[in-house]
Amino acid sequence: MIKNVSVLEERRKSILDKGGACSGCGGGSGITSNIACDTTSVSGAVSQRACVYSGARVVLNPVTDAYHLIHGPIGCASYTWDIRGSLTSGPEIFRTSFSTDLRETDVIFGGEKKLSSAIDQLAEKASAKLIFVYGTCIAGVIGDDIDAVCARAEKKHGIRVIPVKASGFSGTKSQGYKLACDAIMQVILPYKDVPKADGVNILGDYNLAGEMWIIKNYLKEIGINVISTATGDASFESLKKMPSARLNVVQCAGSSTYLARRMAEEFGIPYINVSFFGISDTADSLRRIARALGDSAAVKRAEVFIAAQTKAAEAFIEPYRPGFKGKKAAIFVGGGFKAISLIKQFNELGIETVVVGTQTGKEEDYEVISSLVGGDTVILDDANPSELEEFMLLKGADILVGGVKERPLAYKLGIAFCDHNHERRHALAGFEGVRNFTREVNLSMNSPVWAYCRRECG
Amino acid sequence: MLDLTPKTMTERKALRINPCKTCQPVGAMYAALGVHKCLPHSHGSQGCASYHRTYLSRHFKEPAMASTSSFTEGASVFGGGGNLKTAVRNVFDIYNPDIIAVHTTCLSETIGDDVGACIADMDIPEGKYVVHTNTPSYVGSHINGFYNMMQGFINYLTVSTGTPNGKTAIFPGFVNPGDMREIKRLAGLMKVPFILFPDTSGVMDAPMVGRFEMYPKGGTTINEIRSLGDCTEVLALGPMTNTEPAELLKKKFKVPFTLLPLPIGIEATDRFLMELSRISKADVPYELEEQRGQLVDILLDSHQYTYQKTVAIYGDPDIVTGLTSLCLEMGMVPKYVITGTPMEEFTKEVTALLERYGVTGAVVKANSDLFELHQLIKNEPVDLLLGGSYGKAIAKAENIPLVRAGFPILDRYVHSYLPLVGYTGMIRIVERITNTLMDRQDATCADEDLETVM
Repeated sequence: MIKNVSVLEERRKSILDKGGACSGCGGGSGITSNIACDTTSVSGAVSQRACVYSGARVVLNPVTDAYHLIHGPIGCASYTWDIRGSLTSGPEIFRTSFSTDLRETDVIFGGEKKLSSAIDQLAEKASAKLIFVYGTCIAGVIGDDIDAVCARAEKKHGIRVIPVKASGFSGTKSQGYKLACDAIMQVILPYKDVPKADGVNILGDYNLAGEMWIIKNYLKEIGINVISTATGDASFESLKKMPSARLNVVQCAGSSTYLARRMAEEFGIPYINVSFFGISDTADSLRRIARALGDSAAVKRAEVFIAAQTKAAEAFIEPYRPGFKGKKAAIFVGGGFKAISLIKQFNELGIETVVVGTQTGKEEDYEVISSLVGGDTVILDDANPSELEEFMLLKGADILVGGVKERPLAYKLGIAFCDHNHERRHALAGFEGVRNFTREVNLSMNSPVWAYCRRECG
Repeated sequence: MLDLTPKTMTERKALRINPCKTCQPVGAMYAALGVHKCLPHSHGSQGCASYHRTYLSRHFKEPAMASTSSFTEGASVFGGGGNLKTAVRNVFDIYNPDIIAVHTTCLSETIGDDVGACIADMDIPEGKYVVHTNTPSYVGSHINGFYNMMQGFINYLTVSTGTPNGKTAIFPGFVNPGDMREIKRLAGLMKVPFILFPDTSGVMDAPMVGRFEMYPKGGTTINEIRSLGDCTEVLALGPMTNTEPAELLKKKFKVPFTLLPLPIGIEATDRFLMELSRISKADVPYELEEQRGQLVDILLDSHQYTYQKTVAIYGDPDIVTGLTSLCLEMGMVPKYVITGTPMEEFTKEVTALLERYGVTGAVVKANSDLFELHQLIKNEPVDLLLGGSYGKAIAKAENIPLVRAGFPILDRYVHSYLPLVGYTGMIRIVERITNTLMDRQDATCADEDLETVM
């Protein structure tokens, strides 16, 4: 049956059908994964994936009091203006769009002068203290020396002006994450010698729908102090405190493991990867943070907290179980780590995952994914809409978890949808997130609207 | 969230804050989606295609399909011709459109890829087409991209057979599928055989049929585009979006054109209908006369709630001009009328409109942004904001009600299915503006002033 699934020749290596029915796909044996990933998209693909700039922009965007200045034609600024849903407890400067809006003459004569004067204006008129300057494709091609412009501006105004040279073509979105991490390092390196304090940093959480606050509250509950965050609800002042932490806790591994590694090298701060999606991963993460700090009182408090929360969350899920029975899920998200958590979370709800795809998963992620799913699951790297469509229909998925471009696709197919990306409607992290996720999966999957279209879908 | 916007206005030459425009390629992508069985193709980094598709999906709440050349470092140094050839082969192999519409990006423009030569050099399967246009992101805005893509189709496909097809070409410009449907309804009622180009109805408002249609039923067909050269004339609705493609058609195939404002508001709709009537020699049917009468009736009933209310209008040049005209007809006072698109015709058109109605003291600006609009409002507020979603931050900061109209609307549903154009469109907007102002009155008045009958 799977023979009918039409796949670009170059794409076959990026698809693993554990059932082995798809003769042309990369894997097939169903034991370990051997999937081609971390590559650029095939030319001509309707790729769901973005670029280097986009990766850098989403990671740095939540720094709330930074001026994010996009050096390029207007598009790159327009498409990233206030779209992430990162919440702030204070400044809202990051929700304003700043750009040099490069025009034809700038492209011909160079954009450095314009960039300088844009920075001057932010420094003089807006008293900016921290500016991130994003170089887009065009800045890279016309050869603007962004480093030099930023360095001059730092001297002139006595503020931080950090270059993020994120030409879209210079790699994949992951490369952009890395550039963002380097930019954060540039911000915090001068504070290398701040005295150590008792507590952790949370890396790779962007405070979408206030998720960072949920995690912070949990840690507070078990007696662990959060010193700083990157980058959800972060500010210039809060970032400066990062080097003083005893442990880095990495929520989104894809975007921030690199930052944790660099902080380990520079400041000697160890790190652990965690995930706060789903009951078991949330519980497990809290335990591991307490243990990693060697804080036995915190470990004890964590166990009490986890026991109470788990019981409550399970009681919450219970009435929904009959409605979830026999349902199948498809997952298409950015990073591999989130995909792994979602598979576990669907298992907790009694829903089997039949299609898993990521935009930027790494080989080791795919190995874990492969070990978590059943024997009849398809695993895709950098899937395009037609692959998603064909595999979701083939495997009979009832709900898709994805981002903005996948939502209308799912609906057209008569498949329910949950946004686990920028457009999430509410917090999906922690035990609160378990409740919200359960409610949303149920709302979408069991909405009365399906009564009107399933008939037509047959 | 915009409490940092300073009241004092200073000149900004190098810094754009809160744009009221976006770049050419997204306009080109939207135009290409208005061609049946066409896959838009972005010749640049894969982020461009991803952003444009996301942007369109957020506005239309529909899938927006497009492929990309996926530029790498190598392509950016040695040229993207190889990527384009691979892409075209892959696209026909796997997605099987009838036509691929390539648009460039700032990247491929700057490295100087000769897309035309590259296409001429390709093996294109029998019966399939590849067209292209240049859409440098650093020139104009998405509006330029929209008409540049139209010209790309005309340049590659349109012919003149010498035998007139008896049809009128209608260019609707960058409007919603709901507007395109209404324009077609009006032309049909006026008995004018027409080709609407492009036509995103049935594509970006496609119905739920229980399966994903990569190429839904709608869109101008390739044969219709080919036949544009045999049309008797062109009605170009929206001079700022359509002058260039209309002139191209005239230059190449001697098809005459009439530039009309987008039929937003009574006068502009009247004009459109009179032109249609001139062409078909048909009288305006009772159905439309009745609707116009209803509209005037509604305006009479409600005028005391809108008369002399001030309004700030922002968005794309032709739509903003149309909305300005509509507001003037409602007795409102457009105080700030801005577009982010750099087109000086805009200020001329709008200023002339305001003069006709004796409105003085308005600020009319092209190449502006929403930061500037916010500063203007901080200095002298208005009663209503009329434009896209990004105005909502100003609306909240200044406590001014917002009626959404135009592009992009990222935070509401249904808007793209319903028209702004025609009497239908105006009835809809009058209802929304009036209700918004009246809801406001209800919500903010003293208890003793709350009226059940209004």
